[in-house]
Amino acid sequence: MNENPFLGALEWLSDPARWTGPSGIPLRTAEHLGYTALGVLVAALIAVPVGLYVGHTGRFKGLAVGAAGVARALPTLGLVTLFALLVGIGLTAPLLSFVILAIPSLLAGAYSAVESADPATVDAARAQGMTEWQILTRVELPLGMPLLVGGVRGATVQVVATAMLAAYVGSGGLGRYIFQGLGSQDYPQMIAGSLLVIVLALVLDLALLLLQRATAPRGTAAA
Amino acid sequence: MSWVLENLDVIAGYTGAHLVQALPPILLAFALSLPLAKLANSRGWLRTGVTTTSGLMYAIPSLPLFVLLPGLIGTGVRSPLNIVIALTLYGLALMVPTASDGFRSVSRDVLGSATAQGYAPAARFWQVELPLAGPVLLGGVRVVAVSTISLVTVGGVLGVPSLGMLFVDGVRRGIVAEIAAGVVATAALALLTDALLVLLGRLLMPWHRGREGSRP
Repeated sequence: MNENPFLGALEWLSDPARWTGPSGIPLRTAEHLGYTALGVLVAALIAVPVGLYVGHTGRFKGLAVGAAGVARALPTLGLVTLFALLVGIGLTAPLLSFVILAIPSLLAGAYSAVESADPATVDAARAQGMTEWQILTRVELPLGMPLLVGGVRGATVQVVATAMLAAYVGSGGLGRYIFQGLGSQDYPQMIAGSLLVIVLALVLDLALLLLQRATAPRGTAAA
Repeated sequence: MSWVLENLDVIAGYTGAHLVQALPPILLAFALSLPLAKLANSRGWLRTGVTTTSGLMYAIPSLPLFVLLPGLIGTGVRSPLNIVIALTLYGLALMVPTASDGFRSVSRDVLGSATAQGYAPAARFWQVELPLAGPVLLGGVRVVAVSTISLVTVGGVLGVPSLGMLFVDGVRRGIVAEIAAGVVATAALALLTDALLVLLGRLLMPWHRGREGSRP
């Protein structure tokens, strides 16, 4: 390492050969985004309905908070490697871990979104003859949408940041560059891969922040 | 299970190394967040800047940061110092906005009354403002502690010794019990630290019943 590794990383990134083919940056980025989207989607299918139920009825709140707390304490690298041994090398192991990683943020986002509605507003809706389903979908959800999107944002940023661990157990994504670099003592390649993941995470975070602002109902302050 | 019993000394050694990397960032993030939050609260534009910087910092993935730091500060890729510095930065990103909110939640009337009763600025901070901001600060430290203890394991893939080494070694040698032991030990360490913080909060702030759950 006799030259500046950051210059080496820039050189690595500016090589046109890196930008085409099955191990090129566009395809690795697409894989990375695909893992993230799939992980967050599956987690949302589980966590959002549960969160809405907990938020609307107020039941099992302690259980939901407790489960989210325990899930947060689990180290994702441990889950990825554990599932890799149990279900084999491939995409299933990292995906299972990403789902577990994404659930706490989504669950918290969903129940706090529903809870954030003013109880007086909810009572007014009930007095007007709305069914519980109508209250949830037409009053509580629109009002709390920025909090729900905030949960999606938190989960997405966490998963996109962790999706590189998929490469550790034989899948693709941008983590490939980091672990290949680690294996061959190629520090500039590790830096290049790291920069790509950081840029991707920041772009996604910003995009979801804008979405969060856009979903705030008119007349209320953005969360 | 027999793997765990035969390797208790290995697990204990990694737990020690884990704590050496996890505790300094938690303590540093807490201690540094207090002056930084006070400073941020003194100027509106500083507060906006701090909130934005913290948000950006928190979006930066940990492994890439562990990889970049050696190039920036000249440490080795396997140095535990990288982990400590990176996790302190994450801790600050979480703790400074929380502390800033905590200090803002203290009523100005209360602070005014304290001044009128003759509290000098330093005494007013330590005896009035800090205890009243305490519950919010405790909530922040709890989140920092749990996430820091979990994140230390990521250094394992770079070869930095911690409980994360049990995952790396376990997957290489195909020992499920080794990985499971690492997951359980890490989670137990995180939950135990959290419980100790709650207990500490009850002792230091007997007026507060610790209802603050983890934040979304």
